Amino acid sequence: MKRIAHEIVERNAAAASPLLLVGIRTAGVPLAERLKKFIAEAGDVAAPELGAIDITLYRDDVFEGLPKPEVGSTELPGHSIAGRTIVLVDDVLYTGRTIRAALDALMDYGRPRAVQLAVLVDRGHRELPIQPDYVGITVQTSRAESVKVTLAELGQTDRVVLREKVNP
Amino acid sequence: MTAARWAHRHLLGIEDLSAEEIVQVLDLAETFVEISERPIKKVPTLRGKTVINLFLEPSTRTRTSFEIAAKRLSADAINISGSTSSAVKGETLLDTARNLQAMAPDVIVLRHSSSGAPHFIARHVGAAVINAGDGTHEHPTQALLDCATLRKHKGLRGGSFAGLTVAIVGDIAHSRVARSDLLALTKLGAKVRLAGPRTMLPVGIEAMGAEVHERVETAIDGADAVIMLRIQQERLDKTSLFPNTREYSRYFGLGLRMAARLKPDAIVMHPGPINRGVELDPAIADGERSVILDQVTYGVAVRMALLYLLGGGAPGEAAA
Repeated sequence: MKRIAHEIVERNAAAASPLLLVGIRTAGVPLAERLKKFIAEAGDVAAPELGAIDITLYRDDVFEGLPKPEVGSTELPGHSIAGRTIVLVDDVLYTGRTIRAALDALMDYGRPRAVQLAVLVDRGHRELPIQPDYVGITVQTSRAESVKVTLAELGQTDRVVLREKVNP
Repeated sequence: MTAARWAHRHLLGIEDLSAEEIVQVLDLAETFVEISERPIKKVPTLRGKTVINLFLEPSTRTRTSFEIAAKRLSADAINISGSTSSAVKGETLLDTARNLQAMAPDVIVLRHSSSGAPHFIARHVGAAVINAGDGTHEHPTQALLDCATLRKHKGLRGGSFAGLTVAIVGDIAHSRVARSDLLALTKLGAKVRLAGPRTMLPVGIEAMGAEVHERVETAIDGADAVIMLRIQQERLDKTSLFPNTREYSRYFGLGLRMAARLKPDAIVMHPGPINRGVELDPAIADGERSVILDQVTYGVAVRMALLYLLGGGAPGEAAA
């Protein structure tokens, strides 16, 4: 995470307005908060702002067997993201569909100057042309496996778990 | 994700919902409020779905609210009103419903002057049916938006309305709003008082868990919220349940003198449209206690929540 923070600082050192770190619910939100802390410690750039985005309503599989009613809230500072540089933050990058949905959701709030993507784990198997700008760890996986990130903020210990899917 | 799946194919009445399900709709509506505050008020969730608003009885608010709700979820909304439908040519409701079904809508929102009309067409169409008011029976989306408004303004957390007292005043007997509100509020644990002229209080309504008052003064005494019902002239033309509107207004309307008896933090609600000066004094309708326009705002959010819950299933699928 610290390394990602440094990479973000390095790349956006010349940015005019503070970065906007947008976590994708659920796990992306505490990760964005951690990144903010590390970026602040790294210095050199203005303290980034935080946002959270819920992509349930933008999913392409919203009605395909997911437990339906849960829709989280989207919180973006100032309600306009036009002209901002945004770093989307998520725990695991897999098919890329979540990121596609998050990009669509973001665009509905305005036209950002640029959107970058930071993920803790890249496990491959992309189904869309989406690549991360910052990666914590790249893991070779098969589709029969699941990758789960648990975080202290969400009531568990910090770790990345790779295991065979129980019901593939 | 812990929330349970939505178990209903249609929304025909509050009667069919559990307290947990009502709270589920309220929670979901709360997240949909935000969409209406965005610069681009649209999410793609129901793209390619068709919602038919079949309103065989006049309505502006409810129909517009459903239409906006559908459009903000990217569904295609088609409106059919009484005067432009084939009903005026003598087509039966069943034939209308079957013809609409042949055009494969995903949701049919029905308002009808006969109680039970939505239940009837729900048995004959594959689409999900939402009751937008049937005769004197139920108006479930109104009750849900009333609950959402109450929850916000009374600072209630979660789903318990325990300790809350709500007075519903007016033509209880002919009001589908009163019935749905009563059902919803009692399920959530609120105390409900009903008040109106004796001729407008149905016999035996106490059995539904309400306290019945013949005088508005006692009904609103200590109440946290008052829901004033509209005097429905169109349902009353053949009967005479009260002598004239002036007398009604004096004894059963919420005028300034009557409102002075309200608790300082009591709120005033009305399902609309208001007969200004009859059941509600204009100064109160536009005053500090009034949350009437918040009700309208929640109306869109609650209907979005329901369209989201009911609009996603494949049409013709068996009920879960």
